[in-house]
Amino acid sequence: MTTVTATPARHGARKAPKVRKRGDRSPAASVALHLTLIVMSVIAVFPVLWVLLTSLKPAKFASTTDFFKETTFENYTNLIKDTEFLSWFGNSVVVAGLSTVIGVFVSATTGYAVSRFRFPGKRGLMWTLLVTQMFPVAVLIVPIYNIMSTMGLLNQPAGLVITYLTISVPFCAWMMKGFFDTIPREIDESGQVDGLTPFGTFWRLILPLAKPGLAVTAFYSFITAWGEVAYASAFMVGDENLTLAGGLQKFVNQYGAQWGPMTAASVLIAIPAALVFLFAQKHLVTGMSAGAVKG
Amino acid sequence: MAVHTSQSVAKAAGDDVARGRSRGTGNPPPPSRFRRALSVHWYAWTMVAPVVLVIGVIIGYPLVRGIWLSMTDANERNVARSIGVNEMPATYEFVGLDNYADALTGTQFLGTLGWTLVWTVSCVTITFCLGMALANILNRRIAGRSAYRMALILPWAIPGFVSVFAWRFLYNENNGLLNKILGGAGIDGIPWLNDPTWAKFSVIAVNVWLGVPFMMVALLGGLQSIPSEQYEAAEMDGATAWQRFRHVTLPGLRPVSTTVVLLSTIWTFNMFPVIFLLTRGGPGEATQILVTQAYKFSFEISPRDFAQSSTWGVLILVLLMLFAMVYRRVLRTQGDNW
Repeated sequence: MTTVTATPARHGARKAPKVRKRGDRSPAASVALHLTLIVMSVIAVFPVLWVLLTSLKPAKFASTTDFFKETTFENYTNLIKDTEFLSWFGNSVVVAGLSTVIGVFVSATTGYAVSRFRFPGKRGLMWTLLVTQMFPVAVLIVPIYNIMSTMGLLNQPAGLVITYLTISVPFCAWMMKGFFDTIPREIDESGQVDGLTPFGTFWRLILPLAKPGLAVTAFYSFITAWGEVAYASAFMVGDENLTLAGGLQKFVNQYGAQWGPMTAASVLIAIPAALVFLFAQKHLVTGMSAGAVKG
Repeated sequence: MAVHTSQSVAKAAGDDVARGRSRGTGNPPPPSRFRRALSVHWYAWTMVAPVVLVIGVIIGYPLVRGIWLSMTDANERNVARSIGVNEMPATYEFVGLDNYADALTGTQFLGTLGWTLVWTVSCVTITFCLGMALANILNRRIAGRSAYRMALILPWAIPGFVSVFAWRFLYNENNGLLNKILGGAGIDGIPWLNDPTWAKFSVIAVNVWLGVPFMMVALLGGLQSIPSEQYEAAEMDGATAWQRFRHVTLPGLRPVSTTVVLLSTIWTFNMFPVIFLLTRGGPGEATQILVTQAYKFSFEISPRDFAQSSTWGVLILVLLMLFAMVYRRVLRTQGDNW
């Protein structure tokens, strides 16, 4: 971009000196831009950083304003020793993991079919996939709660997995359609010329190419389940059955707040998610907007 | 919705026949239209079958049941339940559209709807403007761009409920950092979450904080897809920076922005965790949006009012679908083929 703009910039400068070119700004403007970015970055990072710093202070100093005070890991050790944090973590991993795997598995072929074929019912299916993503929790939570309670699945990880499938299946199908759309159709055609059935084409040619897309879809679906609050709070009770979203509420409620364990738990929950997220996010937006815009 | 689907099936089938896709079956006794469609489309239908099945069972059935519940007087005391070994049968009764009439004529629903709209519009507007500004800044050549980008994306990378608790920690009236900083400057502490007006401000601030990274990244992607020839042409014509933004950047971002605004509106309208974990709808009912209030009806009050909760749920769904339809229609009349 820089080389392309250089010539017209000089050329234009003679004709209309007042018009500033792209990539060409006064030092004052540079300072202003950097200031804006710094302020915004601080606002974005600070709450997270503050939680991290607080988790390293002894619990009794949680509300001090010092950045560091008697740095210790006692919040972490207490959290793991005295609370059910590890079982919450395990529950969350199991529930989010299972609903992601099942969601991706069930919806992969659908994403492909919707991306490639014209068939009766396609429009209706696309609409259903789109509309189900707009479903508010409120419309499904009561009937699902009642159904689960008659089936004895309340307070069971299996019940929560089934519930999360209502979110992950439409989402995965929609998102994977977006990724399959980016794979050239010529590949399908070459497969068919070589005598592969549509299923063979999908399994042997397209699926291996779509692996990054599958990974991103799976990851995002996992993060959604990992952070889900409403169903988890309503369906799971009892200390050892909670998922992380429910467990964290134990520390901070209307009766008081234990900021020490809360901040330590927050850090342990956030670090793995944030690390993978920062790797995956570039592809994430591609898939979502591709699915949405071309739909 | 079932009606809608079957209509589209018929229409799509008509399309395909009209295009002669299945012209190959020219046998004298033509097989029935369904069998012909089956022989052409069986693999597509097999591929979508799992999703159709799953959606039908775990979304379709509860949805129908939810709509049914909204037309009854179901609550905690009269639904089917088991107490010990005794199975209690359901004793709730059909009441027609009474619940809807109550909701739509009472002040509670309309009041909550009003705040929900304020909440959605202000969150989406502020988030979009900030996201747009940051995306435009980050799209320039600027030192440390990827470091800024990394920092600005962080709120999106942290699970939402963790961030909400982090903010609750900062907002805490007596010990929170924000009030300590204000106190250090000699200003009285602000009841961030305990005063109705401040609580509204606080929840919007947190939701904007959570939402800006998505907007920024999506719009940045859109900016990078605008061909640079357009800017060069504008420069040759002597367009100022503002004119370039107004007449090249904004139209170029249109496909992306329409999508992200739609998504963001739907997400914000249904944003359960922020309100629920930050204020539980309080103080009083000041920050209660429709979704959290519906949740409260069925899980926090006693006896649990399943019928009213379902009614609100169905109304929310109807409102969102109406919004999406109007939004698409407006876009279409403005010449978008989306």
